[in-house]
Amino acid sequence: MKCHVQTQVNGEAVEFLCDPTATLLEVLRDTLGLRGSKEGCGTGDCGACSVEVDGALACSCLILAPEVEGRQVSTIEGVASPEALHPIQNHLLKSAGLQCGVCTPGIVVAAKHLLEQNPNPSEEAVRYFLAGNLCRCTGYDKIIRAVLDAAAEMRGEAA
Amino acid sequence: MSEAMDFRVIGTRPVRPDGVDKVTGRASFGADFSLPGMLEGAVLRSPHAHARIKRIDVTAALGAPGVKAIVTAEDFPSVAAGAIEGGEGGGDFADLAGNVIARGKVRYHGHAVAAVAAQTRAQALAAAALIEVEYESLPPVLSLDAALADNAPLIDEALKTKGLAEPATTASNLASVIEMGGGDLAAGFAEADLVVERRYQTPTVHQGYIEPHACVGRWVQDDQAMLWCSTQGAFDVRSMTAKVLGQPVGALKVIPSEIGGGFGGKTTIYLEPLSLILSKKSGRPVRMVMSREEVFRATGPASAARLDLRMGFAKDGRITAAEVTMAYEAGAFPGSPVGPGTMCVFAPYRIANFRIKGLDVLVNKPKAAAYRAPGAPQALFATESALDEAAEKLGLDPIELRLRNAVEEGDAAIYGPKFGPIGMRACLEAAAKHPHYLRPKEAGVGRGVAVGFWFNVGLQSSAEVHINEDGTVTVIEGNPDIGGSRASMALMAAETLGVPYESVRVVVADTETAGFSNVTGGSRVTFATGMAVVEASKDIIAQCCSRAAALWSTDQEMVEWRDGAVHPRPGVNVDAQPLSLKDLAGQAGRMGGPLLGKASLNAKGAGPGFSVNLCDALVDKETGRVEVKAFTAIQDAGKAIHPSYVEGQLQGGAAQGIGWALNEEYVYSADGVMENAGFLDYRVPVASDLPMIETQIIEVPNPGHPYGVRGVGETPIVAPLAAVANAVSASAGVRLTELPLSPPRVLAGLDQA
Amino acid sequence: MARVHVPFDLRHLAEGRAELEVPGDDYRGLMGALGRRFPALGQALQDDKAFVLDGEIIDAPLLEAVGPHSEVHFLPRIGGG
Repeated sequence: MKCHVQTQVNGEAVEFLCDPTATLLEVLRDTLGLRGSKEGCGTGDCGACSVEVDGALACSCLILAPEVEGRQVSTIEGVASPEALHPIQNHLLKSAGLQCGVCTPGIVVAAKHLLEQNPNPSEEAVRYFLAGNLCRCTGYDKIIRAVLDAAAEMRGEAA
Repeated sequence: MSEAMDFRVIGTRPVRPDGVDKVTGRASFGADFSLPGMLEGAVLRSPHAHARIKRIDVTAALGAPGVKAIVTAEDFPSVAAGAIEGGEGGGDFADLAGNVIARGKVRYHGHAVAAVAAQTRAQALAAAALIEVEYESLPPVLSLDAALADNAPLIDEALKTKGLAEPATTASNLASVIEMGGGDLAAGFAEADLVVERRYQTPTVHQGYIEPHACVGRWVQDDQAMLWCSTQGAFDVRSMTAKVLGQPVGALKVIPSEIGGGFGGKTTIYLEPLSLILSKKSGRPVRMVMSREEVFRATGPASAARLDLRMGFAKDGRITAAEVTMAYEAGAFPGSPVGPGTMCVFAPYRIANFRIKGLDVLVNKPKAAAYRAPGAPQALFATESALDEAAEKLGLDPIELRLRNAVEEGDAAIYGPKFGPIGMRACLEAAAKHPHYLRPKEAGVGRGVAVGFWFNVGLQSSAEVHINEDGTVTVIEGNPDIGGSRASMALMAAETLGVPYESVRVVVADTETAGFSNVTGGSRVTFATGMAVVEASKDIIAQCCSRAAALWSTDQEMVEWRDGAVHPRPGVNVDAQPLSLKDLAGQAGRMGGPLLGKASLNAKGAGPGFSVNLCDALVDKETGRVEVKAFTAIQDAGKAIHPSYVEGQLQGGAAQGIGWALNEEYVYSADGVMENAGFLDYRVPVASDLPMIETQIIEVPNPGHPYGVRGVGETPIVAPLAAVANAVSASAGVRLTELPLSPPRVLAGLDQA
Repeated sequence: MARVHVPFDLRHLAEGRAELEVPGDDYRGLMGALGRRFPALGQALQDDKAFVLDGEIIDAPLLEAVGPHSEVHFLPRIGGG
């Protein structure tokens, strides 16, 4: 039996049918066509599928799709506006904070969440907060710098 | 040469052309592609590390809900032996085919036995579980000692050792032996005031790219097939898959997606032939995506290695003799990177008397795949650890010891040929003056130094440069952009053509659109494909000069290209304004047609890359945990086209090398099952494990490239293993020679101190 | 004649010699002359080793001109990651 789910994704009302065992990540990618969230592990270890559900940061591979009934889901596709990228996205580009780019959507979602909770994080705070988002290409250096620079810009300081 | 060159855009740090797609989630990776009517595939994998397949019965599985096709080895042609060419070191097509799907025998836990296509992934997985396979289990061979023991169980009953003076008469697990030597070893050791003799060991590790392997295959009734996949080389996928399927290369089109990391691990094929035969049998496109567990169990890894090394030193630090036996695990089929390992192990140094022996050894583990400078990290871990110990015992500064032995331009490398201009000495001198090296160490911290080296390769590349009617530029090439190479290509095209970087777009095209290009690997893309882009741009310039000369009714010798436009040569009496690319593109139709430049080449002149790494590490003597307090990577890039992405290679390689040194290893059960096949237990470095990684780019131009480029992608992973181990050994007060330096191993070392 | 450095582990196929003087204007000529003199060595070099001419690894040799003072080495093949 399929589940009928009504939810909000990036501020838009969405409804879908899914298997009771389908993950939110599967539905986002295969049913809703939102393929910016990536599956790197399927076990919540890599963070490439990071989304926010009712404002809480989560790995969408660990959430069953029926669980988002009546909730607010935010994905990488909702981060930039039509006019402009989010400061984190701009600073990742400026600092070369991505190489292959497959972890980048998860990093953007997680870092945006961090800066909403803590507008002035230390380097150490950024490192610990992003410890759940694996990147195998960059050694994290330029990602951390991009997040710190984005935070400074968002606080109105020269980045 | 580029030392004297004034660059306009090369060396700047613009945003990469594909950047916005990648920070917004729009970029399409391997698993992101879909087709109407597409089925989902799943692979049935061996539950044994070593077993004979007695019988496979797919009857029940075929009747399961949603199932459209099942394949086993019987659905594939037999493939004749023959060397795989083109950037993938070691390997044979018959072995490649045997690794894609097991024939007669399974050789490692996770070896593919059958594959299913069904309407959903869940149905395919459920049906795979219904396939009945009768195995006769065989004792697994899981270590070098077990593999080389007398009467060891044979992984390949037909394998005879290659490289022996007397041809092998009986089968063994020793696939090949390589030997190199020179000088008088006994005399060299007799001259030594100090001999360091140790066994060094490194574990099986995985490349650890975040994107699992994925592809969509579509076969149609006229035997024309298409593959969409994540790969480091679409042309290599095409040639390998065509060979495994017994099809002509021209019947297969490969469309590379964006690639979510590879590091060498995506230079071969696993799922691609399975998806195509499933598609052929079902008449539908078939998508196959590996789980992370499958990635660990059935792809990669890098060879575990054991090096028995002996080095002699004079009091002044001069290396008098060096001898090493290096055994590398190939996995279940021949082809570890021990060959390049033997050439790298002493490459940074002048050593008159030496003997090197390399062994390629089969074990019941996944077939080793290339991993960034394949074979070199294991090799130089040993040498650089021994040098560190020698420096300590001789009371010499470790950088000074290396400087006294460092190879320079004109020296014959230990493997034979003479070095051209190289940056070994420049890197060491930079390290000696680096603030990291000069600043005092914190209490208890150990500081490690190590050198890295990789050959870098050239190989075949093609590029086209199209000038659009408004003078904007499209570059078409065939190397998937794994770390910002579109930006490098655009910078080189813009530099050559004298146009703004922003006016160049770079397209990574499929195998029917781009000219042939070997794999994205060997640190060759910025060098070799970059050279093709420069040559294709020069082709455009030649056409522009020819057209301008015709327009001005003069000879081509009377005009020249300067600052992005054709000018009359100084002194030539032509009444004409310079003609820019835009001017000429705008009237291309009246002057012979579109401006289209092209180049194809087999690049020679890849310059070797040297590096020096500095590491500060602190051992917690209670728990054995190591904290990396500071890390600096210094490397010769020849010329950094986009310095940010060069720094990124240095930093990323450092992080992977630190992981190799401290945490990462395959843990096997006694029956050959990997027990940590997930990112929770196979622990790659996370952001909170690492400090900022300082970088310093040295530029000793490579005369083999128009802008002085030498490859930078692989050397960065070589030095960190020993740099970390030397720092940890210094902090712990005991020499540690077996990686990874995980807390239990560090504690055991401390106990022996 | 070019100087050919015989790989350490194949010297038994060249009567123990480390170096050979081999005639030939290009790769084909050189390998032909080498193969006529030491057939097993010529075969082993073509099967298992990469060709290095004057310090340059030649991925797919055929027409490369060999000079009278050229230095030729043969190395294990290098892959890349």
